[in-house]
Amino acid sequence: MVWIKKDLLGLEELTKEEIEFILTTAESFKEVTTREIKKVPALRGKTVVNLFYEPSTRTRVSFEVAAKRLSADVINIAPETSSVRKGETLIDTGRNIEALKADIIVVRHNASGAASMLARHLSISVVNAGDGWHEHPTQALLDIFTLKEKLGKIEGLNVVIVGDISHSRVARSNIRGLTKLGAKVIVCAPEILIPPAIEEMGVEVTDDIDEALKDADAVNVLRMQFERDEEAAFPEKLEYFRNFGITPERLKKAKKNIIVMHPGPINRGIEMSSEVADGINSVILEQVTNGIAVRMAVLFLVAQAQDKLAVRG
Amino acid sequence: MKILIRNGRVIDPANNIDETLDILVENSKISKVSKDIKNSADKTIDAADKIVLPGLVDMHVHLREPGREDKETICSGTKAGLKGGVTTLLAMPNTSPSIDSVKTLELVKKIIQKTAEANVFITAAITKARQGKELTDIARLKKEGIVAITDDGASVDNEELLLKALKIAKKEKILVLCHCEDKSLSKNGVVNLGFTSTRMGLRGISKESEYKRVERDIKLAEKADSPIHIAHVSCKESVEIIALAKGKGIKVTSDTCPHYFALSDAAVLGYDTNMKMNPPLRSKDDVGAIKKGLKNGIIDAIASDHAPHTENEKDIEFERAEFGVIGLETELAVAITELVHTGLLTWLDLARKMSLEPAKILRIKKGTLSVGTDADLIVLSPDKEWIVEKQNLISKSKNSCFLGRKLKGSVEYTICNGKIAYRWNS
Repeated sequence: MVWIKKDLLGLEELTKEEIEFILTTAESFKEVTTREIKKVPALRGKTVVNLFYEPSTRTRVSFEVAAKRLSADVINIAPETSSVRKGETLIDTGRNIEALKADIIVVRHNASGAASMLARHLSISVVNAGDGWHEHPTQALLDIFTLKEKLGKIEGLNVVIVGDISHSRVARSNIRGLTKLGAKVIVCAPEILIPPAIEEMGVEVTDDIDEALKDADAVNVLRMQFERDEEAAFPEKLEYFRNFGITPERLKKAKKNIIVMHPGPINRGIEMSSEVADGINSVILEQVTNGIAVRMAVLFLVAQAQDKLAVRG
Repeated sequence: MKILIRNGRVIDPANNIDETLDILVENSKISKVSKDIKNSADKTIDAADKIVLPGLVDMHVHLREPGREDKETICSGTKAGLKGGVTTLLAMPNTSPSIDSVKTLELVKKIIQKTAEANVFITAAITKARQGKELTDIARLKKEGIVAITDDGASVDNEELLLKALKIAKKEKILVLCHCEDKSLSKNGVVNLGFTSTRMGLRGISKESEYKRVERDIKLAEKADSPIHIAHVSCKESVEIIALAKGKGIKVTSDTCPHYFALSDAAVLGYDTNMKMNPPLRSKDDVGAIKKGLKNGIIDAIASDHAPHTENEKDIEFERAEFGVIGLETELAVAITELVHTGLLTWLDLARKMSLEPAKILRIKKGTLSVGTDADLIVLSPDKEWIVEKQNLISKSKNSCFLGRKLKGSVEYTICNGKIAYRWNS
């Protein structure tokens, strides 16, 4: 396959083959990260700008490490979200970054659609590092990469996503990626955290976590963002843990080798108990490692597409 | 100036005319409508293969003046209207300041007198500053010339207050025009609630937020025994509620906008903020219901809800962009393309929805080609195709939801008060 997309905005617009191609590319970059010298010259002379309008440590650092292992120069910009309204617009910021002759913008923004808006206005590459509740494609790709590494395939797997589905870009990207690759997805949450008509995305819905876990090959546990108080319809923490928290007792009734994932950072004792987070079913830290390989693959591919466009002139 | 329009297919629902006739315009009035008019004229328009319609009466237009002349002015808005065949329009009162006092009304009347290129009728706010707290002096404003009251952009939450306004409106013989939205339900939504809001990861605007308010407002109108007009109907349930009320004999009328029958919420999936308006684009099912409502007369009128916004208020993150789209220059062509060429409405139906009915609802003497009335009319090529392009829009703002769309049917001449006010330049 020849990669021709200059941007990675979401899994919605990728085909099954394109997702698989990113995963295959990531496999070869994972090998690089096991070497003594973990650096390749693939993006030497390229500049990657991390433009993060939302606080994020792990995703930003992961992109930074990925870019540096590809020998790119990395610049981090973290404008205050609150100043967006009064200050420079996102498009103007993007144009300025383009004028600095950067090659790739990695953008995290609290407005759904922000990454695609930026991509429409710029000719340099845009990689979506999370836009509102819409998509977080590299997170879903690394989740899928990890699952595939552990279980050998995606097709036919039963995957449960539990947590605040309504406000989760991780859930939406995972649903899109997993269903395209042929997995069966169940989303599990209290009714108020299930967005309307989610079934039309090809998933099953339940509010019974024990039932959902019964045949599950993997469970992806979302972070409960209790700091998000605007909706004021959040369940109480302990109640949530009691009804939806992943505990050793619950896992005992599930498949023995069930994979437990979490995009981090974990609220221990709310989404899952510490025993589970640190237990043998957990692949949470491997996800972090795999995140580097997946992001290296994404940066490499969009830069390659950009070079092809340039040659074509 | 005498204008003779020859051999056009004349459509005049007020007189149930649909036949090839000549029309003579003299001293700003229509002086003759018949076959083979022999009178001499200063200007003769050959309208063979053309359609002649009464000028459109658009009962929902935001002209933005005073206050936001960067978006639109009374002059630029009326010019845009003439290009789209609109000879009469109703200006909404959500200007800055809002039209809620005689003083502001006088100012607006003065600007209209000086700068308007088409006929402009004025609405005033129901409540002061459209805050929903205190009624404006409706009787006095009526005396000074307004034809309707509305808090458009907002709904009057306080039932007692709206009931009181409806009673006064009845007595003053003035229309109450309602923007139906329960903000406690629509909250901070930006797109249609459902699969669309879920896919896009955006807050949704439920249909309930509209139709519950339609239901309430009609109930209040029934109580006050006053006519009421429901603006920009967007969903199936609203159409059903209005149908029921009409069946019961309640004096309710309604309009919808071209975007609610020409576009569904699928159009918004690319985060194009030119597809963002309030109420939002709804599902295909709703689009079907709107079309049906137009066909069976539940929806009386088509209005643009022309809502100009500058590029820097629109070309930003979707959830932060302003609601609203422009429509004066495209509404007729969109309606012809989507409703007439598809066989859903006849030309007579179309002229009723876009000209005669709105005039009747507003109780103004417009919307007909009767001899002796103001010579407001359009000569159009029914099959001429054109593409909506930003650079060809003359409105000060370019936020059209039909950019790039090919439309069939174009205005060749707009005659307003007996003068050729617009001519297609090709």
